[in-house]
Amino acid sequence: MTKFSLYLCAILIIFLGGCSQNASTPFSTNGMLNSSSSKFEGNVSNPSSIAFFKNNVGDRVLFSIDQSDLDQSGKDILLGQVKWLQANVDYKIIIEGHADERGTREYNLALGARRANSAREFLVSRGIESSRIQTVSFGKERPVELCSNENCYSENRRAVSVVSNLNF
Amino acid sequence: MKTFLVIFFISLSTFVQSAPLRITITEGVIEPLPYAAPTFIGETGASNELANKITELVKNDLLGSGLFREVPKSSYISGIDKFNSPIQYSDWKAIKVQALLTGSVLVSGEKLSVKFRLFDVFSNNELGKGLQFNSTKQGWRRVAHKVADEVYSRITGEQGYFDSRVVYVAETGKKGSRKKRLAIMDFDGANSKHLTDGSYIVLAPRFSPTGERVLYTSYETGTPQIYVINVATSKRTVLKNRKGTMSFAPRFSPDGQSVVYSLEQGGNTDIYVMNLRNSSSARLTSAPSIETAPSFSPDGSEIVFESDRSGTQQLYVMSSLGGGAKRISSGDGRYGTPVWSPRGDRIAFTKQSRGRFHIGVMRVDGSKERLLTASFLDEGPTWSPNGRVIMFTRETQGETGVSALYSVDVSGRNLKKVKTRDGGSDPSWSPLGK
Repeated sequence: MTKFSLYLCAILIIFLGGCSQNASTPFSTNGMLNSSSSKFEGNVSNPSSIAFFKNNVGDRVLFSIDQSDLDQSGKDILLGQVKWLQANVDYKIIIEGHADERGTREYNLALGARRANSAREFLVSRGIESSRIQTVSFGKERPVELCSNENCYSENRRAVSVVSNLNF
Repeated sequence: MKTFLVIFFISLSTFVQSAPLRITITEGVIEPLPYAAPTFIGETGASNELANKITELVKNDLLGSGLFREVPKSSYISGIDKFNSPIQYSDWKAIKVQALLTGSVLVSGEKLSVKFRLFDVFSNNELGKGLQFNSTKQGWRRVAHKVADEVYSRITGEQGYFDSRVVYVAETGKKGSRKKRLAIMDFDGANSKHLTDGSYIVLAPRFSPTGERVLYTSYETGTPQIYVINVATSKRTVLKNRKGTMSFAPRFSPDGQSVVYSLEQGGNTDIYVMNLRNSSSARLTSAPSIETAPSFSPDGSEIVFESDRSGTQQLYVMSSLGGGAKRISSGDGRYGTPVWSPRGDRIAFTKQSRGRFHIGVMRVDGSKERLLTASFLDEGPTWSPNGRVIMFTRETQGETGVSALYSVDVSGRNLKKVKTRDGGSDPSWSPLGK
């Protein structure tokens, strides 16, 4: 963790010319490291870039209400992640599990953990070393879509693979 | 602030009370008791300002309880000129005042001294003895709350709850990137202070039985972990757990020596208990389902928690040593966040049913379920120290949705928003101040 923070701090110094307060706890605070530091992600045309992983492979799978089972489209995305991780062996991932807002806080934390683990188990079952995968749940704390109807809820019930080439 | 010198002084009343003034708090509708509280007498010119403020705050507490109604000052026939003057009961009877509260305030340097007396107008009698509270000037709010607690207690026969605090999560910023800081305040929203800086998410703080420490869940290291913070010093320590696990939903045992909590490993969440003295932990549930939100009974013998082992979230009670759990919730819908009442006779919970969220209470065996609120999202009840009021989180919907603290009487009456500077969630009510 310390190593990671220092590294990210260094990145921020290079690109942003400073090390903000948030840099000490980058992915941990908001679960949106990738979206907030696009320069760090490289060029989308480079298949080994994080930008490529996010845009072309797909970094997230979605879930039904109160479920943590993967559907076929989820499995397809995770198979793409498997290929990418096998081709880019220096990268590791943190899978962030999330829930929609229609649940109590503690239950949603546990549900987010189930979802993250569901994605993790699939990746491991297809040959990715479990040591390359970490999971964390944000419950309902970090929705990507903010409306209060199913259009948004379906996007928020997600497991997002956040890639880094750092030790954790 | 810390210590209060309480001095009983001799009551002038020599009457024997025949029919004591009493509000019996029941589930039914209560007619608020008409009372009068002439502005407390300032013993010196320098005492007048605080005399006014203290009278106002006592009034806010009593009216806020929903059990009292103030008879307006404009209808007074006689006033109170001196604290020890005889009471003209007939003047107060004539305007239908049942309880009369008189007081005096003396500010001397940094010292504050407040006396009060309570009268049962219709029996021509003083109710209880006169009391004096000594404090510093800065402690005036606590003194006022203590006066109000005494009045509440003498009239209802139950402990008050005004001299108490609430720890909660103060929320600012947009819904998708909410900044969450641990905060503590008086129960009425005054004296609010942050305990964490908002650079990481914090969730669900819980007071220790004596109110000196607070447990909470924090993302400080990137993964949810449980911390305990000393309220006075803000010094915090992490409750260590195995790497690769997530721990959350902590609560103290009634003796303050242990913490019951949830631990997630490999996607499965179960309930554990940790001894704070030697950091040893024991697993209380082992099922592939989600087991979380544990809460001890006040005698420490049992734990109520939520589980989706039946397919949906429901409430269960088990021995605090673990083992066989009995389901207690039986209505339609989902039940979560159970909290045992300080009296031990009820469990408050969050219920989701037909797209609405409710705060409700039931008996410990699951019978006599009553829903107290309904909204887009109500959750996370906490009991007032006397078990008469429940505070909880209410969140509004949509992109501009915000969280706020609300309170409601266990009877379902007196629903109101609690004043906080920012948004608020996950309240935990302290024990009564000492």
